[in-house]
Amino acid sequence: MDLNTIWFILIGVLFTGFFFLEGFDYGVGILLPFISRDDRERRLMINSIGPHWDANEVWLITAGGAMFAAFPHWYATLFSGFYLALVIMLLALIVRGVAFEFRSKDENPKWRSTWDWMIFIGSAVPALLWGVALANIVRGVPIDADMQYVGTFGDLLNPFALIAGLASLLLFTLHGANFLLIKIESPITERVKRLTLRLWPLVILLSLIVTVMGYYDTDIASRHAVTALILSLGTIATISSVGWLIRKKRNGWAFAMTGACIVFFSLTIFAGLYPRLMTSSLAPDAWSLTIDNASSSPYTLQVMSIITLIFLPIVLLYQAWSYRVFRRRLTSTSSLEY
Amino acid sequence: MDIITLARWQFAITTVYHFFFVPITLGLSVLIAIMETFYVRTGDERYKRMTKFWGKLFLINFAMGVVTGIVMEFQFGMNWSEYSRFVGDVFGAPLAIEALSAFFLESTFLGIWIFGWERLSKRTHAATAWLVAIGANISALWILIANSFMQEPVGYILRNGRAEMTDFGALVTNPHVWLQFPHVFASGLTTASFFVLGISAYHLLRKTQEIDLFKTSFKWAAITGIIAATAVGGIGHAQGQHMIKTQPMKMAAAEALWESEDPASFSVFSIIDEANQENVFSFRIPNVLSFMAYNRMEGEVKGINDIQKAYEQTYGPGEYIPPVTISYWTFRIMVGAGVLMILLAAVGLWQVWRGHHLTPNRFLKILPWAIVVPFIANTTGWIFTEVARQPWIVFGLQRTEDAVSPNVSAGTLVFSLLSFGLIYAILIVADIYLLRKYAVQPQLESGPSAES
Repeated sequence: MDLNTIWFILIGVLFTGFFFLEGFDYGVGILLPFISRDDRERRLMINSIGPHWDANEVWLITAGGAMFAAFPHWYATLFSGFYLALVIMLLALIVRGVAFEFRSKDENPKWRSTWDWMIFIGSAVPALLWGVALANIVRGVPIDADMQYVGTFGDLLNPFALIAGLASLLLFTLHGANFLLIKIESPITERVKRLTLRLWPLVILLSLIVTVMGYYDTDIASRHAVTALILSLGTIATISSVGWLIRKKRNGWAFAMTGACIVFFSLTIFAGLYPRLMTSSLAPDAWSLTIDNASSSPYTLQVMSIITLIFLPIVLLYQAWSYRVFRRRLTSTSSLEY
Repeated sequence: MDIITLARWQFAITTVYHFFFVPITLGLSVLIAIMETFYVRTGDERYKRMTKFWGKLFLINFAMGVVTGIVMEFQFGMNWSEYSRFVGDVFGAPLAIEALSAFFLESTFLGIWIFGWERLSKRTHAATAWLVAIGANISALWILIANSFMQEPVGYILRNGRAEMTDFGALVTNPHVWLQFPHVFASGLTTASFFVLGISAYHLLRKTQEIDLFKTSFKWAAITGIIAATAVGGIGHAQGQHMIKTQPMKMAAAEALWESEDPASFSVFSIIDEANQENVFSFRIPNVLSFMAYNRMEGEVKGINDIQKAYEQTYGPGEYIPPVTISYWTFRIMVGAGVLMILLAAVGLWQVWRGHHLTPNRFLKILPWAIVVPFIANTTGWIFTEVARQPWIVFGLQRTEDAVSPNVSAGTLVFSLLSFGLIYAILIVADIYLLRKYAVQPQLESGPSAES
């Protein structure tokens, strides 16, 4: 397997890991105004992701850095092309990050309520935009012969992308809800359970719609029919199991299944994209960015491979350990740092 | 306004703003790790209270540093896509490594540190504090490796219309890095020291409840302050000597030295007329610039005009002179602030030695205000090193005007510039409000974890 493909896979893994982990952070943040009845419950929710959200977000920073290092043209075309969407996402991420830390540090209810809304906006907006972004990357956007995005912000808001955005928004919300079910033991848990059971059919429906639209709106079916079919089936199967698992009180498995669904979605995108990095809607075969025309030199890929081989296992180990340290559930009487 | 100017302003504002918060993270993380280590070693609860007090302020500041940092990583691709294409093969790697080896470390273990007081042994918990400090400072190392490539490109070849990495070792051992990184590391410690000194002085003046905590903090900060501030100055001097050889235009601009001089005089104060490329008035001390540059009383320091001519030979016709007035004054203010910090820290140490800090005095009254001095130094330092490198974004290889994203319109840029500006303005008010609230609180046990 060539280095370019290896790095494509690595970046895919980084993004997939990011969606799995930050996905439930977004979900919890989105649920914050809807599920909680009082300040204490809101604090429980925030503290459930408290130890983890920042490190989860680093998966995105690493994925972005890896894009820059391994495929500089991809990084340049995507980030300059999707500029406005990224500005909005950045503003959301900024207020969310600060909100987690600042929120409980003052007793004033207006202070706390304002930051709670920042957490909500800062979670909901990225959750939506990721679906929009991924759909557009694989569907195709106006990219010219010089690898420049020549479209507008409006080009990104096509039906396929918007539905995909809605799907990612609700899938992350469901994932966050499942996280709360395994993480918190309190009156809030019952409300979360009822919400997941109502949300779950919606997510199945949206997954189906996105898959069908993907068949018509992208050329994945003509390039990777079998792989895409298997992965799409995985998406549908995993999400379909969630409701049953929750009814049977198998909350851990339910969380694993929404997680798996996220993973399958991400894999479908990346597998469907390969060997492209971005599809040009103007000339898909001639002007798309690929792992070959957008990459760094072999030397750089080699150096990065060695470094990643050293550090990534270490990172996975200590991040896993951090989840183990905080494996205990939060209850109504737990002491809360945030 | 054209897109290049708008993009420059946005990058300058977001970077300067990000670097308001970074030095405190760099330095205070180290101080807190030491405090907690003392607690583990001695069992003295005072050190635990110190750790928790300064830790609370650290966290408020850290959040601002993190979120403003995400903007930075994205901004290269967003606003400087031609730069990203040109140097990505070299520049992208340190950024990716920064995330993989440092950000993960810092963020994971900070989460454990905040929430893990009851879950971990004392020693393990203290270890997490060290890992945060190490992670933070290693991230500084990698971003400075990246920035050093812009100042002094090494380990590359020009091929396929871009810079391609040929020697990772050269990139990492770039001499610029090993002056820049120690300088920034020391400036982080200096900033943190003045932060601690100023707040401790506030409490010592008012003899607030936790006076022991602040007596010890003051003593520590005076010691680390004088060591760090002196180190910053010493390394800065070495950087200057290096700069004369590797970025002579930068040094000439810093001195507003229009014509070459041998021996070269040091400018204390100049009124610069950039349009006519001369100084209207200049108070200079003869020979001192040669002395600073070469440790001898003579030696030629090239002037701006000569270097411009030389660069026209090397790089072709064009304008190679950076903004001289900005370069000159940011350099001077940075150095002046640095000298002031050495003096203040020295007085602080003397007061500790004599025990004067235990009685309210005028010096203690100044110290809370002196917290702003390292921020002035940090800001002018970064503005200097980036502005005085112009017109280059990568010295000798790419001009800033050629590096901008061609497909981002002025209107879009105005939107992003104003949005970031507005959010940042609001956030810094909230940040300072919280910092002040927790800095002046007389009791340690307050805040979210104390609510039942």
